[in-house]
Amino acid sequence: MKLKPRVIALNLAVAFIALMVLFPLAWMVSVSFMATGEAATFPPPLLPDSWTLEHYRTLFVTQGMGRYLWNSFALATLATLLALSFTVPAGYAFAKLKFAGRDRLFQLLIGALVIPAQIGTLPLFLMLKGMGLVNTYAGALVPWLASIFGLFLVRQYALSIPDEMLEAARVDGATEGQIFRRVVLPTMQPIIVTLGLFVFLGSWNDFLWPLIILTDQSNYTLPVALAAMSREHVQDIEMMMAGSVIAVAPVLILFLALQRYYIRGMLAGSVKG
Amino acid sequence: MTMQTFTAPAATREATRPPRHSDQRKRTRAAWGFVAPSLIAIGLFFVIPMVSALLLSLTDFDIYALADLNSLRFVGLDNYQNLLGNALFWGAMKNTVWFSVLGVPLTLAVSLAAAVILNARMVLWRPIWRVMFFAPYVTTLVATAVLWNYLLHTRYGIINWGLTSVGLPAVDWLGQPSTSIPAILMFVVWKTFGYNMLIFLAVLQTVPDELYEAARIDGAGPWKQFRHVTLPAIAPTLLLVSIISVAAFFQLFAEPYVMTQGGPAQSTVTVLYFMYEEGFKWWNLGSASAVAFILFLCIFAITLIQLWVSKRLGATS
Repeated sequence: MKLKPRVIALNLAVAFIALMVLFPLAWMVSVSFMATGEAATFPPPLLPDSWTLEHYRTLFVTQGMGRYLWNSFALATLATLLALSFTVPAGYAFAKLKFAGRDRLFQLLIGALVIPAQIGTLPLFLMLKGMGLVNTYAGALVPWLASIFGLFLVRQYALSIPDEMLEAARVDGATEGQIFRRVVLPTMQPIIVTLGLFVFLGSWNDFLWPLIILTDQSNYTLPVALAAMSREHVQDIEMMMAGSVIAVAPVLILFLALQRYYIRGMLAGSVKG
Repeated sequence: MTMQTFTAPAATREATRPPRHSDQRKRTRAAWGFVAPSLIAIGLFFVIPMVSALLLSLTDFDIYALADLNSLRFVGLDNYQNLLGNALFWGAMKNTVWFSVLGVPLTLAVSLAAAVILNARMVLWRPIWRVMFFAPYVTTLVATAVLWNYLLHTRYGIINWGLTSVGLPAVDWLGQPSTSIPAILMFVVWKTFGYNMLIFLAVLQTVPDELYEAARIDGAGPWKQFRHVTLPAIAPTLLLVSIISVAAFFQLFAEPYVMTQGGPAQSTVTVLYFMYEEGFKWWNLGSASAVAFILFLCIFAITLIQLWVSKRLGATS
């Protein structure tokens, strides 16, 4: 067999990349179960001497981790629901309903996609301060309402809905609202899952905006709380790893469960766009 | 990997009647109803802040104006002029450029290599690896940055353990200006290469096998096949991905914020980090808005240059 060495080399290369990618995550989980001080030894231990839940307990009992977890979860859920209810009808209308100036408006929005959202951060903060929304959930949620990327993603998908299907419903006397609920929404289920997943993960992992807008510790999300804790508890390796596991595990599990939707949507948004 | 088409199911019924005028009007009204909430939100929370950012950058908005708007003054381009004379700002620009100049080729090389390897038929369990290699991309940035702080730890870190076990000296990765940027880049590449890899993989799958077959018959080895078949096929995607990557590297913030707090000796202060400190630590919102605009212009200019270069290359080859 002439091909054999190449097959082995390729699979070894893959195994090497897999080790590089997955080892840090596995090590994070392992260290989070080690006794205090165990990770601060050389050479670094791979597995705990005796497994302990001590750090998870400390995080929830004395560090307020339950509160941060709840904030992250509530904000991500609300952001998902709000983003979907704003973006899905609009994306459908841009694809399938005719109105004056539709295509020019859409081109303008696509052009605006090159503008990094961070530029508006400062005036948005001042605006929300004027409205009394600093340090509130509402303030943290606001940027998720205005997702041009989501609009683009939904429109791309809605373009493939056959006009005949909508016409048939119109002939049957359905109003546009009924058509949207009964005909359009069921066919859009995959893109709704995809966009919902994007927004949920995006909100959960977001850092700069919650850091700015959520000023009170009781409103911190997990990333903001972790960043603050990592400055205070530099030496507590095991506890910080437990905190990181709490932040990463939910989104990682969610992604693995729905990865098909995530990856398809990601490729639809970048390659074809 | 099979690229499934991402489309809605086909129609089950045929249209039987052309729309009437009153129907058309109703439909237009419905359409505006559907787009209005989204457009209003985009107008309020995206367009207005963008325009205000430009206006804000022409004022001396600071902590006094925050308390009393009457002290706000229009200062023209003073903020921009002051920034151009500010050594800290130039330091942030220089660091950001270093991050991109080192980081973009590095991520592109790693993700392309991973994609080419995973694209080979002989690799076992390809769909599993595809998802696994992408997984770090969806993890919480702050959490994995904290994790990498420990992987990079001078005394107890696994990376220095690796170095010393092959006889190399331990490195104070995040503690000295000469290695702080490469150290953060290791983390960034680990976290993001899967994104580009998936895009490359999707394109590689569209390259017909016959092209490789033909090249092999002509006696081309793996490198020549890569050079003459793979590379031309993915060139447009390479450009797209490099544009996305430059924009992403220009927006680094949480990584230095968590891992180094901009240090040591300001060596990891990026433009966005500088903007954050100027705006939300010192409350110089006018000056910070000017930073935001310069950042935008840089990203925009680089995108234009990349498009121009690719057009030139396309025209000559």
